[in-house]
Amino acid sequence: MQTQNVPTEELQGIVGEEHVREASAEDAVDGVEPSLVVEPGTIEETSEVMKLANREGLAVSPRGSGTKMGLGNPPKQVDLILSTTRMDKIIEHVPGDQIVRVQAGLRLQDLQENLAESDQMLGVDPPEEGATVGGMVAANSSGPRRLRYGTVRDLIIGIKVVLADGTVAKAGGKVVKNVAGYDLSKLFTGSLGTLGVIAEANFRLHPIRETARTVFLEVDDHAKIADAVQDLTHSSLSQFVLDALEMRWEGDRGVIAALFEGIEPAVEAQSSAATEVLRSHGESRVLGEDDGETFWEHFARRPWTTGDVGLKIGAPPSDLTAVLDSVVGAVERAGIEVRISGHAGTGVTFAGLSGGEDGLVEVVDEVREIRLRRGGSVVVQEAPLTIKERLDAWGSVGDYLGLTQRVKEKFDPEYTMNPGRFLGGI
Amino acid sequence: MDRGQLIETMQEILGPEGVIHQREELRTYECDGLMNYRVIPDLVVLPESAEQVQQIVKTCYDEGIPFVARGSGTGLSGGALPVESGVLIVLTRLRRILEVDIPNGRVVVEPGVINVWVSQEVADEGYYYAPDPASQIVSSIGGNLAENSGGVHCLKYGFTTNHVMGAEIVLPDGSVVHIGGGKSPDVPGYELLGAFVGSEGTLGIATKITLRILRQPEDVRTLLAAFKDTEEAGGAVSGIIGGGIVPAAIEMMDALTIEAVEKQISPGFPEAGAILIVELDGPEAEVEHQFEHVIRVCEENEASAIRVAEDDEERALLWKGRQAAFGAMGSISKDYYVQDGVVPRTELGAVLKKIADLSEEYGLRVANVFHAGDGNLHPLVLYDNDTPGEADKAEELAGEIVFACLEHGGSLTGEHGIGRDKMKYMPKMFTSDDMDVMQLLRCAFDPHRICNPGKIFPTPRLCGERPGPFHMHPVQKAGLAENF
Repeated sequence: MQTQNVPTEELQGIVGEEHVREASAEDAVDGVEPSLVVEPGTIEETSEVMKLANREGLAVSPRGSGTKMGLGNPPKQVDLILSTTRMDKIIEHVPGDQIVRVQAGLRLQDLQENLAESDQMLGVDPPEEGATVGGMVAANSSGPRRLRYGTVRDLIIGIKVVLADGTVAKAGGKVVKNVAGYDLSKLFTGSLGTLGVIAEANFRLHPIRETARTVFLEVDDHAKIADAVQDLTHSSLSQFVLDALEMRWEGDRGVIAALFEGIEPAVEAQSSAATEVLRSHGESRVLGEDDGETFWEHFARRPWTTGDVGLKIGAPPSDLTAVLDSVVGAVERAGIEVRISGHAGTGVTFAGLSGGEDGLVEVVDEVREIRLRRGGSVVVQEAPLTIKERLDAWGSVGDYLGLTQRVKEKFDPEYTMNPGRFLGGI
Repeated sequence: MDRGQLIETMQEILGPEGVIHQREELRTYECDGLMNYRVIPDLVVLPESAEQVQQIVKTCYDEGIPFVARGSGTGLSGGALPVESGVLIVLTRLRRILEVDIPNGRVVVEPGVINVWVSQEVADEGYYYAPDPASQIVSSIGGNLAENSGGVHCLKYGFTTNHVMGAEIVLPDGSVVHIGGGKSPDVPGYELLGAFVGSEGTLGIATKITLRILRQPEDVRTLLAAFKDTEEAGGAVSGIIGGGIVPAAIEMMDALTIEAVEKQISPGFPEAGAILIVELDGPEAEVEHQFEHVIRVCEENEASAIRVAEDDEERALLWKGRQAAFGAMGSISKDYYVQDGVVPRTELGAVLKKIADLSEEYGLRVANVFHAGDGNLHPLVLYDNDTPGEADKAEELAGEIVFACLEHGGSLTGEHGIGRDKMKYMPKMFTSDDMDVMQLLRCAFDPHRICNPGKIFPTPRLCGERPGPFHMHPVQKAGLAENF
C-alpha cells in the first residue's frame, strides 16, 4: 500500500484541533508508523472520521490504552490511530438489573472500581494493567475467573460499532436474555479491530462475592499438574464452585492454585475439600482473602516480558500433560528458557520463551505441529519483530478460514481496518 | 430441474423412504409450534447422515432452490416454517450421541438428538446438560442451537450459546466447516460460533454439535411462596437478587395462571395473587445459607405461604405446576396466544401494570407466567377463535405488550426467536442500518439467500449492493458466474 495523503485539517474540523496530533515513534504498531493519532469524543465524530478515512483510503488502527498493540502480525499499513480514550464514560449502570453500558475507551479498572461501590463486578479479569473495555472486547482478553464466568463473549449483551465506511450499528441490548437479531456482540469479540471500531459495549454483571480462599499445591514434576487438575475438575468442586483453577511451571517446580469465592462457611468447606482432593498429590496450603490477593497478583501474570516469545496454547484440558511435555521437551532440546502459566481448568496455557534467538522459531513450529495433530491452537501473543518476520502469529487455521475471509470482505471490503494483523492476511 | 427431477435426485441421495412428496403427507410439516402460519413445502427430505445433508444442500445450491432446516418442530416463532417451492430438511433421523468425553466435560451429538437425552446419557457420571427449555423432552439440540434456547435455569448457567462449544456446519453452498474450538478453548479468528448460535437457521445447518456438560450440583433447594399480588412477589425477586444471590431459577405465575394450572393438574397450589418458585443449587454450605436469606426475603414481602420441597418428588411437583402453565391455559380458554418479551428486571412492575391496562382496554384476559430473574415475560393472551375478530385483537394486544417491553428498555424476544412471527416488529427495535449490518453476516454465509429465507429481517438485503467501489467477485472474474 502507498502512504496516503492525510487530510489533517479536515480531521481537525471533525474532532477539534487539539484532538489530532502527529504520530510519534511510540505510536508505531510493530514498526509500522502511522501519520496521525485522532481522538474522537463521540460516536458521531468516530463515524465522521471513518467516513473520511474511507474516502481517502486510509488504513485505520483503533486503539484504547494500547496495551495489546503487539497482538497479531505486523500491519501492512497504518495511517491513522483512532484512539477511543476520550470516550470513557459509563453510559448506564442499573444495579438492580445487574447490567452496565459503557463507552469503549473506559478503563476496565475504573469500571470495576465504580461497580464495586454497588458490590458488583464485570466477571472478566485480564492481566493487562490500564486496558480499556473496548480493547478487552476486541482482543477477547480473559483471566483466571473465566472458569466460572466465561469469557467476554459470555458476558457481553450488546454492542455499538462504527464500520469502515462510517456506518453506525448496534446489536443486542441491555437485557441479559435476548435473541432478537444476529449476535454481532459476539462476532466483534476478538475481532482485533478488523471489522470496525467498537464504540460501546453492554455487559451483564455479577455480585462481588463476600470472601475468598486460595488453595495451592507445589509439585516438582510437570506430569503431576495435569493429574491434580483433573482430580479437582471432576470432584464436586468443579465449574461454578471453583472460581479459578490455574497452574505455573518455572525451572523445575510448579504450582497449582484453586480459587474459591463466596460466603465464609462455603469457601471454608470448599477449601478443606480441595485440600482433601489434592492430598494424594502432596500437602497443599490455604490462603485467606488478603494473602490470596497478593498471591494472585503475581500468579495471574503472563509468564513473559518484552523481548520474549509468548505463546498462548489452546488445547483440550485433559491434554495438559501433552502440552507441557511438548513445550518442555522442545525448549530443552533448543537450550531455551521457559516459564509456563495457564488457565488449567479451561485448557489455556501460556509459555514464555527466552534466551537465544536461534531455535525459537523451531520450538514454536514443533509445538504447533503437535497441536495440529492433537487438536487446539498455538498463537504467538508476544514476540520481537525479528521473530515476527519469521512466524505467522496465528499459525495454521482450520477449514473456517474461507468463511472468515468472506465475513471480513462484507464488513470491511477495502481491507482498511487494521490490515494484515489478523489471521489469513485479514 | 423440475419437481420430478428434484424428487429423483433426492431419492438417489436418500433412498425412497427419505423423500416425502405426496401432498397429504407434506401437510404434516406445514407449520412448527406456531400454528397461525402454514406453508406446504415442495418436498420434505429426511437425511440420516451429515454427508446426506451436505448433498441435499449442494443440490439446492446448484439449482437455486431455497431450503429450511427443521428439528422436532417445537419452535414458537415460525422459524422452521417451510418456504413455498422449497425443500424442508428434517433432521430428526440424525439422532446419535457420537461421543461422551468426561475428562473434558464435552458431549458430541447430531442435531436431532433430544435435549433431555444428553443429561440422561451422562447422569450416571454425575453430569448434566444445563440449558433446559420447557420443551426439553421433545425439542432437539439442533433446534435449541438455532434458537439459542433458554430455560428456567439459564439465569445462573446461561443460554444454549454458553454451552455450545463447537459445531460442524453445512454452509448454504454445501461446503462443510468446523467452527468453535469444540474441546479446545479460544480458537483463533472471528467468533463465528457465537454468531451462528441463535441465527434461527438462516446461516447454515449444524450437523455435529459439541456441548459442554456440567457436574451435577451438590445440593438443590426449591421453595414455593405465595403472595397477595405480582407487585409483592416482584418485591421478593428484587430482594433476593439484590442480596447478591444468583438463584438457579426464579419463576413467577399470576392469579390467572394459578387458576388454570389448578384446573388442569391440581398441584395443590395455595390460593394467591402470585406465586414464586425459587430454586438454589450449588455447594451445600452456600445453598443452606442463601436459602435462609430467600425465606427471610419472602417473609418480609408478606408471603402468605411458603412451601419448601423436602425431597426430589416434592420438587418435581412444584416444577410440574410451572411447566404445565402454557398447556393448562386450555382449561380456562379455548384459544390463547403465547407472547415472549423481555424487560429489565427493575421495570417488571411497570410493565405488568401496563399489561393489565392493555388487557382491560382490549377486553381480553392475559395470564402472566415468566422467568422473573431475567425479566423474560410470557404473557398468554386468552381469546376465542369463534368470536369474529377476536384472534386479530389478541394478536394486536400481544404486539402492544412487546412494544411496552421495548419502551421499557427490553427486547422483542428472550427465547422464542424472531422467526416469521416477529419480523414485522424488528424495525421497532433496530434501525435499518442495524439490520443491514446484521445482514452483512448473512451475505457472508448465504449470499444467494436460499437458507431459511423470509425470516428475522423484514427487508432482505441484496448482497453486493453495498455502496462503494465495485469489486468483482473471484468467481465472476473467472467467468464462472455473472452477477450475484
